[in-house]
Amino acid sequence: MIENFTEIFTSPHWVNTLPFILKGLQLTLIVTFVGVFFGFILGSIFGLARLSKSKVIYGIATVYIEVVRGTPILVQALFLYFAVSDFFGINFTALTAGIIAIAINAGAYIAEIVRGGVEGIDKGQAEAGRSVGLSSTQTMRYIIWPQAFKRMIPPLGNQFIISLKDTSIFAVISLGEVTYLMRQYVGTTAETFVPYIMLCLAYLIITIPSMVFLRRIERRLDV
Amino acid sequence: MIKVTDLHKSFGATEVLKGIDAEIKEQEVLCVIGPSGSGKSTFLRCINLLEEITAGDIVIDGESLMDPKIDINELRSQVGMVFQHFNLFPHMTVLNNVTLGPMKVKGISEKDAEKLSLDLLEKVGLSDKAYVYPGSLSGGQKQRVAIARALAMSPKVMLFDEPTSALDPELVGDVLGAMKDLANEGMTMVVVTHEMGFAREMGDRVLFMDEGKIMEEGRPEDIFDNPQHKRTQEFLSKLL
Repeated sequence: MIENFTEIFTSPHWVNTLPFILKGLQLTLIVTFVGVFFGFILGSIFGLARLSKSKVIYGIATVYIEVVRGTPILVQALFLYFAVSDFFGINFTALTAGIIAIAINAGAYIAEIVRGGVEGIDKGQAEAGRSVGLSSTQTMRYIIWPQAFKRMIPPLGNQFIISLKDTSIFAVISLGEVTYLMRQYVGTTAETFVPYIMLCLAYLIITIPSMVFLRRIERRLDV
Repeated sequence: MIKVTDLHKSFGATEVLKGIDAEIKEQEVLCVIGPSGSGKSTFLRCINLLEEITAGDIVIDGESLMDPKIDINELRSQVGMVFQHFNLFPHMTVLNNVTLGPMKVKGISEKDAEKLSLDLLEKVGLSDKAYVYPGSLSGGQKQRVAIARALAMSPKVMLFDEPTSALDPELVGDVLGAMKDLANEGMTMVVVTHEMGFAREMGDRVLFMDEGKIMEEGRPEDIFDNPQHKRTQEFLSKLL
């Protein structure tokens, strides 16, 4: 035990894992940013669809949201990368599959964030907009959405952090993000402790500042 | 200019308006009074279709609101509305609250819209507040901005839904003052109010509503000094 401890501090793996961490983290961040970006577009569309008076539009949005929220993202990724590509004969790269999976997955959660944000705006705002003569689209665009979006920022930030961590499961589809690379490192060196600590630190170095940043924004929005 | 015929409005199984007939003439100030729950706000909200009409008809300047081809946005831009809780847009400056309608609905250039809006803000005594956000205004100031916002669309008629009910008593006077100026300029106004002093002084006609019906209508001096209906008498006696 004690021998192990001294070994840890002198371990060469702290430094040796670094290039893999940096390389993997790049891909992790790309998949997260691009995925959440498209997830926000999907979420906005389906979130607003959930507020639609049309039963059909509402129904489609509800099915999407509940199916995605009711299945694990691991299964969604496997389905997309193996089942969908087999069935339709489309060859996704792991990167494309990962981005699509994050977008679809985050989109469902963001849709609920969007719905909540819009519903949270006082009805009088829409009435005031309409009574000036704005159309319902204009009222959404100039009056409701800007106010709702402000309220969505904290939960959207949370979703970003969740999605960032979710990318780790794409190791199963051999997307070369940071978790995958670290597992490979462990596989070739047979060293586990230090590489996995480094992997944890890799995520924390992004998530902790994000959370601090978010809390600061939240406080500013409250005032 | 506005003719209301047998207007009915139900929310689910509850009938709130049970057949309203009324006429509002050009340049007239019509005050609607009555106990809470009498349907007076609903009546007002039907006039710019914030509430869907269940049955009956409202005709504004020869256009029926029940006509399926009616352009609701066009109609609403000609009917100004002032709300009890102001409903200013908190994320825009006072000036932008006022310019939004002219720019987006009428397509007026930003420069012209700003000039128009600054004039209107001056008229309600708030030109010095043009570049602040509504959050820093008092209730009375907010309501005067709301009046300027509605006026910016050059409406044919202005609807006021209890415009002073949410205000501290000492701020009521400013808002009523702005409304008086408007009435004196010949604006057609429908005012749902609890301010009997305003109704008496400025109203050309007063409607007394109760339980979704118009119980009595007439000149203010007749309604206030010599109410005919028992419910009107009861309502007015409670106010004294």
